[in-house]
Amino acid sequence: MVDFKVVYILWLREMKRFFRAKSRVFGTMAMPLLFLVFLGFGFGRMNVPGISRDIDYMSFLVPGIIGMSLLFTSTFAGLSVIWDREFGFLKEIMVAPVSRVSIALGRIAGGISTSLLQGVSILLISLLLGFKIKGFFPFIFSIIFMTLVSATFVAIGLGIASQMKDVHGFSLIINFLIFPLFFLSGALYPIKNLPKIVRSFSYIDPLTYGVDGLRGFLVGESHFSLFFNVLAISVFSFLTVIISAFLFERSEAI
Amino acid sequence: MDKIINKHMHAIRVEELLKKFNGFTAVDRISFDVSYGELFGLLGPNGAGKTTTINILSTLLKPTSGYAEVAGFDIRKRRDEVRRSIGIVFQDPTLDTKLTGKENLLFHAMLYGIKKEEAEKRMKEVLELVELEDRADTLVEKYSGGMKRRLEIARGLIHRPKVLFLDEPTLGLDAQTRRRIWDYIKKLNKETEITMILTTHYMEEADYLCDRIAIIDHGKIVAIDNPTNLKNMLGGDVVILEIEGDANQYIEKLKELKWVKSLMVQNGILRMSMEMGERKIPNLVNLAEKSGVKINSVNLHKPSLEDVFLFFTGRKIRDEEGEGERREWTIREMRR
Repeated sequence: MVDFKVVYILWLREMKRFFRAKSRVFGTMAMPLLFLVFLGFGFGRMNVPGISRDIDYMSFLVPGIIGMSLLFTSTFAGLSVIWDREFGFLKEIMVAPVSRVSIALGRIAGGISTSLLQGVSILLISLLLGFKIKGFFPFIFSIIFMTLVSATFVAIGLGIASQMKDVHGFSLIINFLIFPLFFLSGALYPIKNLPKIVRSFSYIDPLTYGVDGLRGFLVGESHFSLFFNVLAISVFSFLTVIISAFLFERSEAI
Repeated sequence: MDKIINKHMHAIRVEELLKKFNGFTAVDRISFDVSYGELFGLLGPNGAGKTTTINILSTLLKPTSGYAEVAGFDIRKRRDEVRRSIGIVFQDPTLDTKLTGKENLLFHAMLYGIKKEEAEKRMKEVLELVELEDRADTLVEKYSGGMKRRLEIARGLIHRPKVLFLDEPTLGLDAQTRRRIWDYIKKLNKETEITMILTTHYMEEADYLCDRIAIIDHGKIVAIDNPTNLKNMLGGDVVILEIEGDANQYIEKLKELKWVKSLMVQNGILRMSMEMGERKIPNLVNLAEKSGVKINSVNLHKPSLEDVFLFFTGRKIRDEEGEGERREWTIREMRR
């Protein structure tokens, strides 16, 4: 069912494309970095209600911004199927005698890698800005955790893209999916500050657990327990990958 | 030397193939066979159902009903085997423009399970065939239209398919490039003995390349034969008269003439076919005078596929629909 060679070549293609599109790399990293710098320094001395007195706002913000970067780059990586459809390349893949599940997994693997590279880059840049992490192992665990977060959103992007015929619904998705997910996740402020009704949506937002888990690993402060965050994101990533592979399998090439 | 066409083995068999999209019939119960080694053409205007047929045969679309097999495999039940046996050059480019020519080929080869060393070897072969060796390391986005087409042909061949589909292989290319692509296709078909099925709406292309042609219109095959026979169907030369006055009497008289093999009328223009047209024109002129019809111009030519198409469909192939009034030819008659 899953042909790992096919997974590998689709991953390889994503990587090649990624490293060739330098403007895209900087473009997608620019927004999270701007958020990080301006919000981090702008609100740095403020006491944001709901944040423990032991950590400053910058420390609170960095995991949120990493989560933001993962959300954006992962979802876009998943949506890249739409571009392939637009440029015709999807047909080339779809007539090949290989299982579509392998193709879907290859794309997801490629998407995870590219968004992980950006997530880690932001983490490293934030270290230069004065962010402190709790040691080497938390750093490694946070990267594994980021992988799961990326998998979730690449899969969501891919699932949506497989059902879309053209690029016209694209901005709709960004406005009505990505931004709400971002704001609901508590990346910029603690979700306890949100009204109760709004907060209940936060609980079904995978990024909530993603950001909270990263905070747990990197800063040592989290709303939910680390175990619960890892469990939640594992379940989310598992389900979304299965569902999107299924949707991709059933989608039409033309 | 003539190439080998095995008439007893069918590379493609199509029986009563039907495809409907939300009530619109794109392919209307067509049937045809293609022998191994043959270069077979589907000729018809845009929207005739050619691409839909190719998409069904290449397993991209499922037929509504009917049966088809490619390289001996049922296209519904043995999709993977069909996919392994075919190569496709799509109508629109399907290359990854952010990869180089070589990378596109390598990606394709690996997708078809070809080992790396073997893939490298075959890549050299196909690049040589389409004369792209020196541009192989350039990003495809820098390629010209003709180069992209050639790369796609090379890609379609790298896994050594039994059947190669070419959907409008020269669409949008300039006349010179078109010629070159034609020569590649002809050479390939001759040298590799790969069965090829190509769709086109260029008459010259079908005429120049194909061993056999199916003329397709509104989803139906209206004629199928080799180019020579198709042209002979009209029975001799095509004579076109532009006339003035009441033509009814004249037309009645023309119909009585045995040597007028076919006759079509469209406001003020008569299209006929006859043997040795140049000797018959005086008769036609005399008869017109007797019938009180004035002839404004006479045109005589050897029949082309365009004439054949016009005869079978009542339309010129390049007539765009909705462009003013429909230019249907009214009276159509043929004797054999």
